[in-house]
Amino acid sequence: MRDAFIQTLSELAERDPKVLLITGDLGFKVFDDYCERFPNQFLNVGIAEQNMTGVATGMALEGWTVFTYSIGNFPTLRCLEQIRNDACYHGANVKVVCIGGGFSYGALGISHHATEDLAILRALPDITVTVPSDLYEVREATKAIYETPGTCYLRLDRAAGSERPTPQFELGKMRRHKEGSEVAFLCCGGVLEEAMIAARLLDDAGYSSSVCSVHTLKPLDQETILATARSVRALFTLEEHTVEGGLGGAVSEVLVESGIALPTFRRLGLRSGFSSLVGSQEYLRQQYGIDGKSIFQEALKILT
Amino acid sequence: MVEIDGSAELARNIRLHCLRMTSAGGSSHIASCFSIADILAVLYGTILRVRPEDPKDAERDRFILSKGHAGAAVYATLAEKGFFPIDRLKGHYQDGSDLSGHVSHKNIPGVELSTGSLGHGLSVGAGMALSAKKLNEPQRVFVLLSDGECDEGSNWEAILFAAHHQLDNLVAIVDYNKIQSLAPVSETLALEPFAEKWRSFGWSVKEIDGHSHREILVEFQSVPLTPRRPTCFIAHTTKGKGVSFMENSVLWHYRTAKDEEFEAAYKELERLK
Repeated sequence: MRDAFIQTLSELAERDPKVLLITGDLGFKVFDDYCERFPNQFLNVGIAEQNMTGVATGMALEGWTVFTYSIGNFPTLRCLEQIRNDACYHGANVKVVCIGGGFSYGALGISHHATEDLAILRALPDITVTVPSDLYEVREATKAIYETPGTCYLRLDRAAGSERPTPQFELGKMRRHKEGSEVAFLCCGGVLEEAMIAARLLDDAGYSSSVCSVHTLKPLDQETILATARSVRALFTLEEHTVEGGLGGAVSEVLVESGIALPTFRRLGLRSGFSSLVGSQEYLRQQYGIDGKSIFQEALKILT
Repeated sequence: MVEIDGSAELARNIRLHCLRMTSAGGSSHIASCFSIADILAVLYGTILRVRPEDPKDAERDRFILSKGHAGAAVYATLAEKGFFPIDRLKGHYQDGSDLSGHVSHKNIPGVELSTGSLGHGLSVGAGMALSAKKLNEPQRVFVLLSDGECDEGSNWEAILFAAHHQLDNLVAIVDYNKIQSLAPVSETLALEPFAEKWRSFGWSVKEIDGHSHREILVEFQSVPLTPRRPTCFIAHTTKGKGVSFMENSVLWHYRTAKDEEFEAAYKELERLK
């Protein structure tokens, strides 16, 4: 996903000389080509994320579109108040980019698990929050946040990701990747792949399921979420993130306030405190029940 | 105080407005406003290239009040300079007004940045200064900080950054009144040797009397003090300057002048020339 982002950013930087990429001293070898082509549109501010976000705001207020880049929680939680007071309150064109959402850096330990960022950033006023689930969405979301005035968040997985060029991307509108009538999985981020695995297992077991990418967490596609909820027996949210306040939280809010007759509803994600387990992304997904097989079994429990 | 192009009168009016605004609104930080009134008077009187009739002029100098709790002093200065009607100051701290206790830019011409949480302004100012450098634009960026604010680590990130990028169009002014919210700075988290700290980070530093209009003027006119280095003025000031019983007192960081206190303070300020 990282390479798809940089590639798209390069296209934007070529077109617009006031696109600026600021990194907090992370992205070894990733920016070599970008730096060579756009030396005046790149800045490494060192390991200082508060200053990175403040500087980004200052330059954005002078007409630049600034992408701040780091991994895990560093570009978000470490400098949350700068995002809130400086960037968001001033409507500054600061685009915060996190590489390594969820358990992307699983084995590095909890400092590198970005598992509450969506809930926290979604709570800020005047921000757009995007969580692409595939490479096409990474490219389109990067272009979309460039074009969207104000402060935006782009949360990327480190893993390579799939290509799903259809249906067309539109900010704030979820994309359906698989049609089905009994179960729907609303997903954000690369963990959507696990829902695709679960959906195939459900197919084999004779149950019809749909899989959707809610790549824009804010503003949320309320209309399609409600339409989906009305059409199925069971509705799942799936995120590599705590279920409190993230996609699961956001969808819950919409469902409860709508007053519709609810299908069986489950939030899949992290529930049991910090993970001090060491392991790869794949291993940790299994431990938290957000791998394809676990999701399939959870769905089966409800359907049978 | 020696008058320079009406700066003494401007400083006195800023203080009088601040007294009225904080008393009417029941708000705090009058002493923090008084300690920067002279700096603001010289900045807006002579130094800053700003035009009230075109507050967003691209080539204007940028001024950021990083110590946002002295917002009343900036509102008063901007109103006195004609950025908006003086009558609007009556809304300070009142229900339904735009003039919050900590400085806000929303609907207020002339305010570049909303602050209030300390340690934000210098990074944003550094970003503005870097933009001007990259685009070969003439504007300068002045950021006014408090001494207690320098406890915040984010400032030191910005101080490193500005020197590294040779932002000689950036000026930090520290209101060194030596008192923070609960106690003297020296007893809370000592800053000394303060000038040496900035200097060792690569800034050009000058210590000035933050109440001498002539000294402020002469020094501010000579920025950058050193080419390719950002400038720091450590302005020695008196917290509560202008009202005898408010000066050098921790109490008046938060206290609001009421009744007899208000009358006594008003009389003292009116006598200032």
